[in-house]
Amino acid sequence: MKFAVTVTLKKDVLDPQGKVVQDTLANLGMKSLKNIRQGKFFEIEIEEKNQLKAEELINDMCKKLLVNLIIEDYKISKL
Amino acid sequence: MNSSVIVFPGSNCDRDIAVALEKMQFKNKMVWHKETKLPKSDLIVIPGGFSYGDYLRSGAIAGKSLIIDEVIKAAKSGCLILGICNGFQILTETGLLKGTLLRNRNLKFINKDVNIKVINNKTSFTSKYKLNQILKINIAHNEGNYFTDKDHLNKLKNENLIAFQYCDVNGNISDQSNPNGAVENIAGIYNSKKNILGMMPHPERMVDNLISNTDGINLFASIMN
Repeated sequence: MKFAVTVTLKKDVLDPQGKVVQDTLANLGMKSLKNIRQGKFFEIEIEEKNQLKAEELINDMCKKLLVNLIIEDYKISKL
Repeated sequence: MNSSVIVFPGSNCDRDIAVALEKMQFKNKMVWHKETKLPKSDLIVIPGGFSYGDYLRSGAIAGKSLIIDEVIKAAKSGCLILGICNGFQILTETGLLKGTLLRNRNLKFINKDVNIKVINNKTSFTSKYKLNQILKINIAHNEGNYFTDKDHLNKLKNENLIAFQYCDVNGNISDQSNPNGAVENIAGIYNSKKNILGMMPHPERMVDNLISNTDGINLFASIMN
C-alpha cells in the first residue's frame, strides 16, 4: 500500500523560504498570487493489506520522526 | 570530573570541545553514537556540526540514535548535559529541551562573533559568570532561530530558564542585536531542573586568547566547580 504524507509549517510559524519563493514569483509577474507555504512530501510504501492499520503505522512514523509537531502539521493520503 | 562527548557522523566540533574540556582538566571520553552504554559521566556534551548531514531536520536523525536513550536516562538522573549548536538542535529533537530551531530569518548561514548576556548565573553552567555579564562568543549556524509556544515561553521567563540572550556590545537586547530571529533573542535555555543547557553559540571556541578570547572558559569552570 502506498501513501503520501505532506508536511507543512503551522499557520503561525514564519516560513522564510516560502516567502522568498512567493516574492520571486510575484517579481515574475504572477499578479494573482496570494500566498505560498513551502513543505515536504514523503511517498511511503508499506506491506500491509488493512488500510486502517496501515494508516495507523504511517501516523506513528509521522509522530516519531517525520514531523516536528511543535512547528509542523501533516496530512496522510492514500495513493 | 568525567565528561563524555557524543560523536555522530557529521559532528565537526567534537574535537574542539574535547580540547576545551581537557584544557579545563576534565577526564574526557569520546562516545560513538552506536554505543549502547555511556562511560561514567558527570557531564555529557552533544557537540556542534551537521549530524547526518542535517537530513530531514537539523538533529532529527541524531535525536533517535542508539546512544540517545542512555543520554535521556542520564539526564533524568540529574547528569549535566550540554548541547552546543547542532547539539542544541538534537536536544530539542529528543524532547529533553522544549521548542525548536528554525531556519535563520535571513535564510543565510551566519558565522560571526556575537554578544550574549548571561541571564541566570545561579546554575551549574554559569556560576562563575556575573549576572548580566556580556560575553563575545562565536555563532555558526543556519538553523538558530529559536521558536517555542507562548506557554513555554512564559515558563522560560517566569522560572528563569533563559540562559543567554543575544545583545549588543552595551548589553541592549533588541531586534538589531538579534542575529537569527530567535524569539526574545534567546541564545540558550535550560530545562526545568537546570541540569540541561542548550545553546547556539560556541563557548568551546572561546577558551584561548591565541585564536579568539576566553569568554567561554567560565562555562567549563562553572561546571568543574
